[in-house]
Amino acid sequence: METALPNIQLIAILPEMILALVACALFVAEPFVPLEKKESLGYFSIGGLLLSGFSLVFLWGKEISTFNGMIAIDFYAIFFKMVFLSISILIIMMSFRYIEIQHINLGEYYGLILFATIGMMFLPSATDLLSFYLSLELMSMSLYVLTAFMRKDPRSIEAGIKYFLTGVFASGVILYGIAFLYGLTGTTNLTGIHEQLAGQDLSSSPTLIIAVILMVTGFGFKIAAVPFHMWAPDVYEGAPTPITAFLSAGSKAAAFSVMLRVFITGLEGSHDTWWQILWLVSVLTMTLGNVVAMVQTNIKRLLAYSSIAHAGYLMIGLIAGNNVGLTAILVYLVGYVFMTLGAFTLVILICRKGVRGDQISDLRGLARTHPLVAATFILFALSLIGIPPTAGFVGKLYLFNAAIQGGFYWLAIIAILNSAISLYYYFNIVKVMYMDEPLDAMPLSFSPALKVALSIMAFVTLFLGLYPEPIIRGAISSVKIFL
Amino acid sequence: MIPVSYYVVVSTMMFVIGLLGILIRRNFLIILFAIELMLNAANINLVAFSHYSNAIDGQIVSLFVIAIAAAEAAIGLAIIIVLFRSQRTTNVDELNLLKW
Repeated sequence: METALPNIQLIAILPEMILALVACALFVAEPFVPLEKKESLGYFSIGGLLLSGFSLVFLWGKEISTFNGMIAIDFYAIFFKMVFLSISILIIMMSFRYIEIQHINLGEYYGLILFATIGMMFLPSATDLLSFYLSLELMSMSLYVLTAFMRKDPRSIEAGIKYFLTGVFASGVILYGIAFLYGLTGTTNLTGIHEQLAGQDLSSSPTLIIAVILMVTGFGFKIAAVPFHMWAPDVYEGAPTPITAFLSAGSKAAAFSVMLRVFITGLEGSHDTWWQILWLVSVLTMTLGNVVAMVQTNIKRLLAYSSIAHAGYLMIGLIAGNNVGLTAILVYLVGYVFMTLGAFTLVILICRKGVRGDQISDLRGLARTHPLVAATFILFALSLIGIPPTAGFVGKLYLFNAAIQGGFYWLAIIAILNSAISLYYYFNIVKVMYMDEPLDAMPLSFSPALKVALSIMAFVTLFLGLYPEPIIRGAISSVKIFL
Repeated sequence: MIPVSYYVVVSTMMFVIGLLGILIRRNFLIILFAIELMLNAANINLVAFSHYSNAIDGQIVSLFVIAIAAAEAAIGLAIIIVLFRSQRTTNVDELNLLKW
């Protein structure tokens, strides 16, 4: 029997290989670095992320499909890889002061963030159910450990356990769906699945419906869509705040990046089978997220429900399934990443020795003591609601436009009403910051890196609102692969 | 030859047992076992489908799944040790610090 070696182009995974090397170096170097110098490991990992981003130049404009069709490099993948790299850099910059206060300034922290980033970067490249499953697990497993990283804090452990159980459950369900999809089509390759499904009329086959339901359930857990959202508020509250931001921005964007691949590339022919399920999930998700967010007193929980609601908005693009919808998802995700990271930065700033700083009341009078920080938060709040001139507005405009073009009028109306609801709870925070008296001088835990990160986020949020041209053009050329 | 539907029935039963185990049992270790059952149910399906369609892909996927399951168990056990050290319990119902 002859076995041909598959044609492997290692250059396709160069950015991930660099990150893996840096992450391994971090784990090895960690015991040799004294406690007061752990910050240098953080700067080292930022260097690795930048190097990895630089190596994307070698992949620019290329169309590679390698590892037997498991990994694809195209503009779509590169677009998302850049998003994930920027998320990780910002997360590490946000972390320095926080992990010092919480006594978790260890090299493993940065190493695990890098491993999670590798998983995220493989996800938009995954063109096979196997590579998709493996990278999803790489991302999730690093995040389980990071969530429970404050091992002296019972809340963090509890969050870790809840995240682990729901996450593992979700991946089990996704895997069962993969098994059925494989049984139905005889291949794990997404393009192959598409061809098989197109070749035979399977749109009403019960096996396909079971497979789709299982996959939607699994993805629903990963993006925290109703009714699979129960874990999100608890995990977001208990996890270290930078990791909460990482979950909210990175893992959500990663799940969406691969959802587009699976549902549009693999299951596009069965759009009629899955859009109704997603329609219902989307409406429930945004409504419940926004309504429950109104009664929260804890900022991290509030942001958790807000991120649930945002997952609902994002699904509109997938339901519309047209070119505008896919572009809108990409545009919205980029804006969402920066604005949600910005909102979490505020929580990190309030946290100091002896103050958890995750209650809304902890923000009392912030505008008196730190007017600039309060003003920055207003910018992020405006963007999260979707008011011009911010990135959130551009994204929402595109999403609602996609729904209308696809003929989903009710979906657009419900989404607009939901945006109006979200005005209430974001401006409740603003009210507390501006109207109430400050309790004390409120020293904020600033660090130079965090200042830079916060300025970047604020700048991008505003810039994309005023001049969204480049990101829209990038998104349009990214989704060309689906046509 | 045993028809493929028999394998699907067995794997579905295993999957459902795993699912119920996660929902009903309250001991973290038992839940971990239940999760392994779910993953292995998928493995049975993959191998059976692979065998009947004369393609080897499914069996390769199941090998990767076994490796993933081992990694998952390792992380799960690590988290449970941390939990036991701080709270002296492995019962997930006693975790009630975070709620609204």
